[in-house]
Parts: sequence; C-alpha cells; structure tokens
Amino acid sequence: MSAAVPTAPVTIQTQRPGVPFGRLVKVELRKMFNTRSGFWLMASIIIIAALAVLAVILFAPDDALTFALFGGALSTPMALLLPIVAALAVTAEWSQRSGLVTFTLAPNRGAVIGAKAAASIIVAIVSVALALAIAALGNVVGAAINGIDPVWDLEPLQISYFFLGNIFGLMIGFMFGVLLRNPAAAVVAYLVYSFVLPAILSLLAALQDWFRDLQPWIDFGYAQMPLFDGGNLTGEQWANLGTSSLLWFWIPLAAGVWSVLRSEVK
Amino acid sequence: MITVEHLSKSYGAFRAVDDVTFTCKPGTVTGFLGPNGAGKSTTMRVMAGLTIPDSGSATIGGVAYRNIPNPGTQVGVLLDASAQHAGRTGREILTLSALTMGLPLSRVDEMLALVSLSPAESKRRVKNYSLGMRQRLGLANALLGDPKILILDEPANGLDPAGIHWMRSLLRAYANQGGTVLLSSHLLPAIENIADELIVIGNGTIVAQGTKAELLQGAGAFVKAADNAALASALAQAGVSATPSNGGLTVDAEPVQIGQVAAAAGLALVELRGADSAGLEEMFLQLTASTQREGVVTPGGVA
Repeated sequence: MSAAVPTAPVTIQTQRPGVPFGRLVKVELRKMFNTRSGFWLMASIIIIAALAVLAVILFAPDDALTFALFGGALSTPMALLLPIVAALAVTAEWSQRSGLVTFTLAPNRGAVIGAKAAASIIVAIVSVALALAIAALGNVVGAAINGIDPVWDLEPLQISYFFLGNIFGLMIGFMFGVLLRNPAAAVVAYLVYSFVLPAILSLLAALQDWFRDLQPWIDFGYAQMPLFDGGNLTGEQWANLGTSSLLWFWIPLAAGVWSVLRSEVK
Repeated sequence: MITVEHLSKSYGAFRAVDDVTFTCKPGTVTGFLGPNGAGKSTTMRVMAGLTIPDSGSATIGGVAYRNIPNPGTQVGVLLDASAQHAGRTGREILTLSALTMGLPLSRVDEMLALVSLSPAESKRRVKNYSLGMRQRLGLANALLGDPKILILDEPANGLDPAGIHWMRSLLRAYANQGGTVLLSSHLLPAIENIADELIVIGNGTIVAQGTKAELLQGAGAFVKAADNAALASALAQAGVSATPSNGGLTVDAEPVQIGQVAAAAGLALVELRGADSAGLEEMFLQLTASTQREGVVTPGGVA
C-alpha cells in the first residue's frame, strides 16, 4: 500500500450490530468444554452416572430394580456436580482473569452473565437427559440380566420435576458463583448450603414449633423436596418454592449481578 | 481518536489517577510512559470500560467504550497478556474471541501467522507459554477484529529484541494507515523509537507530554573539552550553568551557544552534542523522581 493514498479519518461506528445474545451463549458453552478441567468435569457427570447405574445393577435386589430406583441413584451425583459446573463457569472469569478479554469484547456484563446462565441451563438439561438415558439403559440391561420385565415407574410429570429440581440446584451454584466470584468460596458455600444448612434448619424445626410452620416458606431445599417425591405439586407447594427461592436465590443473585455490573475487572 | 478528560480514580486513600487529560490523535503512535504503579493500567482499564472512574471520562471517537457496538472490531485492546485461562490453548482463546465478534475462523490462522505463533505452539495450553508468547497471543487477540484503534498495555514486555522490532514496524504501519495507537511502557527505550508523542505519567498525574523533540527542548547539551574546568568558567562568565557529568559537562544551553563560547575563549572541544535519548532518560527519571521507589538515580551515579 502506498503511503500517498489518503486515508479516511478513523471514526467509531455506533450503528453497527452489537454482539447478539445467541453468540454469547455459544461462546459460553464452548468455554465450559475447551479447558482440560472443564472437559473432565463434564465427562465426570456422565461417568459417575454410568457408575451409579452399574452399582444399582450389581447391588440392588432384583425386585427393587425399577426406573425410579435408577433415576434416584443418579440424583445425588447430578445435584453435586451440576452446581459446580455453573459456579465455575462464572468464577473462572475472575480467578483466571479471562474476564479482562470477555468483558472488553462484550461490555454488556449483564448479557454475559445471562449467557452464562443460559449455557449452564442448557448443560443441565442435556446432562439430565443423558443421565436418564443411561438410567433407562441400566433398567433394560438390569432387567435382562435378572430375567425380569423392566419396570417403568416414572411418570412424565415426575421426570419434568426431576429436570426442574436439577436446574434449581444448578442455579444455586450459579448464584454463589456470581455473588462470590471465587471458585473455592462458591463451591464451599454451595456445599454448606446443600449439606450443612438443611441439618441446622431441620433441627430448628424439630425444636421450635413456630419455625416448623414457617420452614416450607423460607427453606428452599425443604420446599424442593416434593419435586423429588413424585406426585403433583399443590398450589401451596408452588407458593413455598416462590417465597423460599426469593430468599435463597433471587435476592442474592440480584445482589451478585448488581455488584458484577459495578465492580472493577482487573 | 482517544480522549481522556479530567480522569480521576482512587482506591481508598490512594489516588491512582489524578485529573489526567490527554488525547491520542489518528495517524500517530502515542507512548504512555511511567514507572510501575503510576496509573497507566488504571487509565487504560477505564478506556476499555472495565473500571468506572470517580470523575472525568475516557471516550474513543467521542463514544464511551461500553456504547461501542461489537467493540472488538473497532478497538483492539491488550491489557494484560497473562490474563487468560491457563488451561486453554492459544488457538482456542483466539477462536472464542473470533466467535464473540462474529468473525470467520480463518482470521484465527491469519493472526497466528501474523504474530509468528506456529500451529504446534497454538495448540499448546497457555500455562506452557513464555511471557513473550503470551504477549504475541495478546497482540493477535487485539488485532483479530481488524480495529483501527489500538490500546496496548506494556506490549513490549517479555518480547525478545526481534519481537520488539517486529512490533514497532507493525504499529508504525497501523499508524501510517490512519490508525490510532496508544501503548504504555515503564521502559523508555521500548517506546521512544516508535512513539510520535510521549505522555509521561507519575504518581497518577501527567508530568510531561509532547513529541520527543518538544520534550527535549531545553534539556540542554553535553560537551567535553580538553580542559573542562576552563570551559566551565568560560560558560559561567557567559551566564550559562554547567554541571560536570561523565567526564564532560551537561550544559543548560543549545550546542551552538556553547560552541560560540568555546571559540571565543579559544578552548578545544572533544565532543559537543544536543540532549539525546540519554537526556530523555534523565529527564524521565527527574520528572518521575518523586514517584520512583528507588529515589533519584542519575546515570553514572550508580556504582
């Protein structure tokens, strides 16, 4: 190029299309798989689901081999790992400092956080679907090995509750990621929330009458139990989910997002 | 065009950036020079919308960074080459940026070739990269969207001499095509040969700005005579102050005036020259002396 060619003055174009949300979701999904740790975290969900199904086939008595039992065996590893996936998707931007590039290319931080939430939910839905497929396979194989007919005792409603329950769990991990923005703190907070807090609250409910009636309204974990018990949720049970999620999910998430929007990325 | 106006940012009682105002013009390379912790990075983070200033503003082409649509295609930013997920490969990092900006993935290979990262290197994880390789990857990331404005924080850090030379020609070509380039450094030699304009910052405030020639104006001259003492007294009689340095004299006057004084006094000169990079270096140290962690260090004064 000749130096004599006149150059147009550089101006910033404000009428160009911005970065669409769908593209951000695609990028966030890719980020969950393209590190070695991310890849193995995802793989471990499927591997542990397969191991849980194998254990059920090996150790459960024949007459207990039902689809519901296989599904139940999967719920603990899913409930443990999915929230960690979501928490790490958020906190890595700060702990690995990749947010410096992420938020420079997409300055709308709310959209980036939203894309991470969408990508996490997509991962949860696909993982739960894969896990249920593995459970179904286990049910068929287990029945064949034992020479019995496979028992399909999960209604579509229960399966949809199973999805919903796992998405709730994942979003709690996501919320701790946004609120704390540190992987270790977010994982510890999630473990305390899901294992220590229920024990304390149930102890409180056992000792104090006034709390026993209040618990379904303010204890998000307790309010979610009907989702895994089977059967249709009553209006009051949905209301319980609403009020307790406000306390344990929406309010802390709002505080976390507010802080992400204002905080310095460095 | 990058415009920074009355920018201030404090962290508690520490004033990192204090009422900083400057502009970077299209077609020029602006060097942002200052010792560690002078406020360079904070100013650049404000430009990229990552830090909210207490007061003042930074705009690019009159627009606040966060209002620029798909900013990566208009402004190339490199703030910290090491701020990348260590477990990701170099190629994946560029791929993520290309996907975000909506660019064809062929751009990734073009940029890897431009910054001389081999295909094998691009498939290694960033934790195995040297600082120089991270710096090349960061430059590739900044150039990916073919922006006309570049904001680069310490891009020469960790590059080998050949790499620094390559970067200079690259940025020069960008500016010659009408681009605006701002690059920071804490080392004068890294940017003095490329920057058209220098902005010197110390302790959060701008202590000098202008072209290299402008900054050197009044920086004096260096002279060495067969008899330095006689020359010093001749200069003193002419009303010009001179201080001994490096076996000669640093004189607060233009070379022609010193030559005239020496000729009139009949003194033989061994060396006479205007202030050069050494003068600029000295000036940089003096300008930022109050912010230097080591106190004033004069050239030749260190054992």
